[in-house]
Amino acid sequence: MTVDEAEAVAIPVPFWTRERRVGTGLAVAGLLAAVIFGLLATSQDAKFTLAETISGSALPIPGTLGAVVFGLVAAVTGGAMLAPGARRWFPWLLGVGIVAVILSFLCWQVSQAPVGLNVMPIGNVAHTSLELSLPLILGGLSGVLCERSGVINIAIEGQFLVGAFAAAMAATLAASVWAGIIASALAGLLIAALLAFLAIRYLVDQVVVGIVLNVFALGLTGFLYEQLMAKDAARYNQPSRVPTWQVPGLSDIPVLGPLLFKANVFVYGALALVVLIHLGLFRTRWGLRTRAVGEHPTAADTVGIRVLGLRYRNVLVGGLVAGFGGAYFTLLSTTNFNKGMTSGLGFVALAALIFGRWTPIGVLLAALFFGFANALAFFLGTVSSPIPSQFLNMLPYVATIVAVAGLVGRVRAPAADGKPYVKG
Amino acid sequence: MTEGSPDKNPATAATAAAETLAAAERLPRHAAPTPAEPRSFAARFLRALWSANTVTVTVLAVLLAMIVGGILIITSDPDVRAKYSYFFARPDDALAASWNKVSDAYANLFKGSIVDPLAVRGAINGTLSWERVFFPISETLTYAAPLALTGLAFALALRGGLFNIGVQGQAIMGAIGAALAGFLLPLPVGLHLIVALLAGLLFGALWGYIPGILKARTGAHEVITTIMLNYIALFFLAWLIVQDGVQDPGRTDAISKPVDGSARLPHLLGWLGPSLRVHLGIVLAVLAVWATAWLLSRSSFGFELRAVGLNPEASRTAGMAVTTTYALVMAVAGGLAGLGGSTMVLGPALTLTPAVIGSVGFDGILVGLLGRARPWGVLLAALLFGALQAGGNRMQSFSGISLELVEVIQALIVIFVAAPALVAALFRLRPARAGGIETGMAKGW
Amino acid sequence: MNVLYGLLQPDEGEILVDGRPIQIKGPRDAIAAGIGMVHQHFMLVPVFTVADNVMLGAEDVRDGVVGFLDRRRARKDVLEVSRRYGLAVDPDALVEDLPVGIQQRVEIVKALTRQVALLILDEPTAVLTPQETDDLLIVMRALKESGKSIVFITHKLKEVQAIADRITVIRRGRTVGTAPPDTSEEELAAMMVGRSVILRVDKAPPHPGPVMLEVSGLVVDDDRGHRAVDGVDLEVHTGEVLGVAGVQGNGQTEMVEAIMGLRPLVAGSVALEGRSLHDRKTRDILRAGVGYVPEDRSVDGLIRDFTVAENLVLDMYNTEPYGTRFIIRPDRIAESARKRIEQFDVRTSSHDAAVATLSGGNQQKVIVAREFSRPLKVFIAAQPTRGVDVGSIEFIHRQIVHEREVGAAVLLVSSELDEVMALADRIAVMYRGRILAIVSPDTPREDIGLLMAGVVGDEASPAGSVAGAPADAEEPA
Repeated sequence: MTVDEAEAVAIPVPFWTRERRVGTGLAVAGLLAAVIFGLLATSQDAKFTLAETISGSALPIPGTLGAVVFGLVAAVTGGAMLAPGARRWFPWLLGVGIVAVILSFLCWQVSQAPVGLNVMPIGNVAHTSLELSLPLILGGLSGVLCERSGVINIAIEGQFLVGAFAAAMAATLAASVWAGIIASALAGLLIAALLAFLAIRYLVDQVVVGIVLNVFALGLTGFLYEQLMAKDAARYNQPSRVPTWQVPGLSDIPVLGPLLFKANVFVYGALALVVLIHLGLFRTRWGLRTRAVGEHPTAADTVGIRVLGLRYRNVLVGGLVAGFGGAYFTLLSTTNFNKGMTSGLGFVALAALIFGRWTPIGVLLAALFFGFANALAFFLGTVSSPIPSQFLNMLPYVATIVAVAGLVGRVRAPAADGKPYVKG
Repeated sequence: MTEGSPDKNPATAATAAAETLAAAERLPRHAAPTPAEPRSFAARFLRALWSANTVTVTVLAVLLAMIVGGILIITSDPDVRAKYSYFFARPDDALAASWNKVSDAYANLFKGSIVDPLAVRGAINGTLSWERVFFPISETLTYAAPLALTGLAFALALRGGLFNIGVQGQAIMGAIGAALAGFLLPLPVGLHLIVALLAGLLFGALWGYIPGILKARTGAHEVITTIMLNYIALFFLAWLIVQDGVQDPGRTDAISKPVDGSARLPHLLGWLGPSLRVHLGIVLAVLAVWATAWLLSRSSFGFELRAVGLNPEASRTAGMAVTTTYALVMAVAGGLAGLGGSTMVLGPALTLTPAVIGSVGFDGILVGLLGRARPWGVLLAALLFGALQAGGNRMQSFSGISLELVEVIQALIVIFVAAPALVAALFRLRPARAGGIETGMAKGW
Repeated sequence: MNVLYGLLQPDEGEILVDGRPIQIKGPRDAIAAGIGMVHQHFMLVPVFTVADNVMLGAEDVRDGVVGFLDRRRARKDVLEVSRRYGLAVDPDALVEDLPVGIQQRVEIVKALTRQVALLILDEPTAVLTPQETDDLLIVMRALKESGKSIVFITHKLKEVQAIADRITVIRRGRTVGTAPPDTSEEELAAMMVGRSVILRVDKAPPHPGPVMLEVSGLVVDDDRGHRAVDGVDLEVHTGEVLGVAGVQGNGQTEMVEAIMGLRPLVAGSVALEGRSLHDRKTRDILRAGVGYVPEDRSVDGLIRDFTVAENLVLDMYNTEPYGTRFIIRPDRIAESARKRIEQFDVRTSSHDAAVATLSGGNQQKVIVAREFSRPLKVFIAAQPTRGVDVGSIEFIHRQIVHEREVGAAVLLVSSELDEVMALADRIAVMYRGRILAIVSPDTPREDIGLLMAGVVGDEASPAGSVAGAPADAEEPA
């Protein structure tokens, strides 16, 4: 007889499993939504259209009814999670529940808008979401490259800033957005080189380096802005916007067509990089070695992988990507540089990295989520929402906290992330 | 993963390195262990001076940062740059212009922060008032007071093993609390100020407690949550100041009512002249430094805080409540930051505006790092940064160098101080006991 | 050996391979020279599959430019090597899910796929059960037959005698001598230690009293959520040492942490003097009279940057006489530290020195001194002498026995079977989260070894001792 054949010990399963807790929370949220949003909503229709504009045909849903029904749907999905055997369906139920709560909320918001404005152009919101998520995708990918090889990159914000600055300046001086984009990537590379040099060569705590580099970037771009751009904007700070390219044929697909195939270099670039880095990380020699170095550098060293060299390389490439992301701010989102214009999005990108579990696809989804939160805040402003705009602006940041707090413990960072590697 | 725990070796190697540094820092109080003892005291002093000790590294870091700043001044000035276009024809032209530009800027930096010799001569002659003499130092102290408090807020959390990047948000909340108490509560002189300061402290503590409790309960990394709370605080402030009862009734822009006279921090040198803004805040800051130093070295909570910061596992094994400590540390740190914000709004600002505290929170992080997370070190760092700020103002108006240069210089100082090995290599210092910035541990997410 | 593998650089001297001197600047050079190494701490990435781990650094790729991995070929390579040398491993399994013995096979497969001529095995049996060790020796013989050279580093003399063709004894960085395999154990041991050391502890027969610590039905999960302790029942009486023997990683760590309130119980209970410790905080458990020497002193036992004095009051800093809830009294802490440094013979320059500056043995003495400075009802020591010099081992062993003599219940967890056999009055053998048997310390080594390997044979002699042991121990003849 061996031990494995001995009888198993009966383990009492605790009643409050994660599924039950989430389910209860969702049910309560759904009921609250049904009551509160139902009471606040007006009898006016809330119209939803897939188009980019608010004119044209739209699906009308009576405000109060919609708010109540969607709230109840959320409550029911929450209740379903409590049922035995619901575990398998948990992700789906959760998704449906969250969407229902959001729809209930939207029914209230859209229905109370002034007549004529009570339409939600979903195509437009999707478009804005994607556009607002672009820097987060690129910043998050930079994080993937660095942190998968074991270097924490808190300097994404700084890389954005110098990227944005360099893009504006180079694009204006050379009268070419492409020069701006190249310059932005190189500027990101510069910060990355400082990060790598200090963190890898001099073993300075990576979080400390990141924090200080952010201040450095803020000061440097601010100084140069004041000294150059503020004095002669026409010469230094008037880049043009990146052009929109249309993929013939594909761009005629409804909703997705204009979204994905009538887009600019940032959309194509970000999506291509997601695919490239995903394949690279999980299918190639480089990726295998990168992940090994981030998880167990000593093991990588013993099979002849140059740990520090690989870390340098990845951090530098990450700098290129984040710098490119910085160009978004001055070549797409606006067409001039301003002091501190990245307003903390580099840190939201960091949150997207964690939320996305250090994977490129995860980063993409997390970034889209934050982009949507932002786009929603933007849209609600146009329907003259009774919620103060400042609170709407908080939305992405609150969402980040909720996401990170609700998720940590269940995501595992690369084991050697943030730890300098010293031989011997 | 008991066995094969990945990366145990590098981690321990890193901690070992940090510990050697830590141990080395303790040494100077005892004898300097030099193998070949130089003869005279002067020789020994010089030898010690040119080793990579904390003081030398800091001084050289400031020097290096000023040099880089000088290069930035030169390259960003079109006139000077023009002279470099014919550098090979007449190099002295370009060099002289560079020297003039940089020395003028840094002279103004000095005159604006410490003392202006001309003003001293004038005051002695009786042609200028003493107010002019004390103005620079008054400005330096005015800027240093909140920086010391926010620097402590970062440093204390760091000693507890936490990166409190949320100093800015906590200071904003502190300013809000102090201001609200300052113009909403009708209280007598004296009491009103105390209540306002306490309100600022409480608001800041609350804002610090949130990431602390999130970390304790869910493990959410404080770097992310504190950064997000900074933005939330900023938006909250923006919303608050346009509300009825808060907004200045006579104004349409985003500005609050002014704080009552009874809640204002009294000026210390007011009798010399109205422009001397230095107020009770600097005294408050010194008291806070002293209290923090006492807390760390003599209180049970300080013992716990340091233990948890250096080794949470061993602290837990010894029976300490690590997560509770995290939450408390963050609340205390938030309180200090809140106090820092309060001194801004009860001192020089007096009204809430979206930019009421400037960037004292973010600068406090650098101050905390530069002070190596030690309370009295933080005070010195705050004085240095306050001086840079005060001097930077004069540099901006007299030499036309924008204030952001100061920010660059500050960041560079901290970078160099954080990498003592780099400074040592650049100046070929003897490789001695340089304490880098200790973070207690190399930790990931 | 790390020099040979290029992980460290030699200060002087040279390395010859096939008679030619070579420079080994890093593991790359070592691999190129045909040297492979199985490290004591496995060099495997836990979240990778076996195949990914094996090919790491020498990847099979489908093209040269992008380097797309050829995982199919990597699998085939693993299967082929494991078939040829009888090393069964599943190429698709995640390494973190594999037991230690199999992980070691993966390490060997990894070396073999690199066509090594010389394989270095650094203390490979430290983490293996006796049965797994036998398997390893078989594999080593097969490798020898196929023409590979093997350097087998171990401190276990029996294994050396069983497998080696030549034996080199190294002490303190010097070669002491070379011996043929038929050299006697005593001679080898003498060469190893310089003077003959006997691991013996003088102790009086036990006088066990009532049950002090009772563990019943204990179930605990490890950090990854896997079941580590799977229904353990133990009773420790006052005045006895209950030793827990077992190969490292069989749930001992988690069990002790659960008792100390450091790890949540999934099921079961822990009771001190009949009162449940369930949901009690670690501090309360410590103050109720439980002393604890954790397994990994630098992680769990000490704060390396704290002074010796501070470490000595790590659990008592906020109680009289050292302090109160609010303040600490450094002068009293220092004074008591000076006393205890003397009493426990801690070699340190000052009570004010950082504990990191002390040797491993003296660090361990600091922990023991700390725990013994309050009255103990239960003393739990996990691997108390790991990485500790001989002198300190003797001292710590005497302290443990002394604690038993004065009436504490001692729970000693050690993967050193000799230590357990020398100190314990009863030995509980732990395997995969369960106590397989509780035997008397007179039980033959081999029988305990079989139990440690999870073999509870009906035919084997342990069966008899299993039944008889607890009674034996509780009522010594």
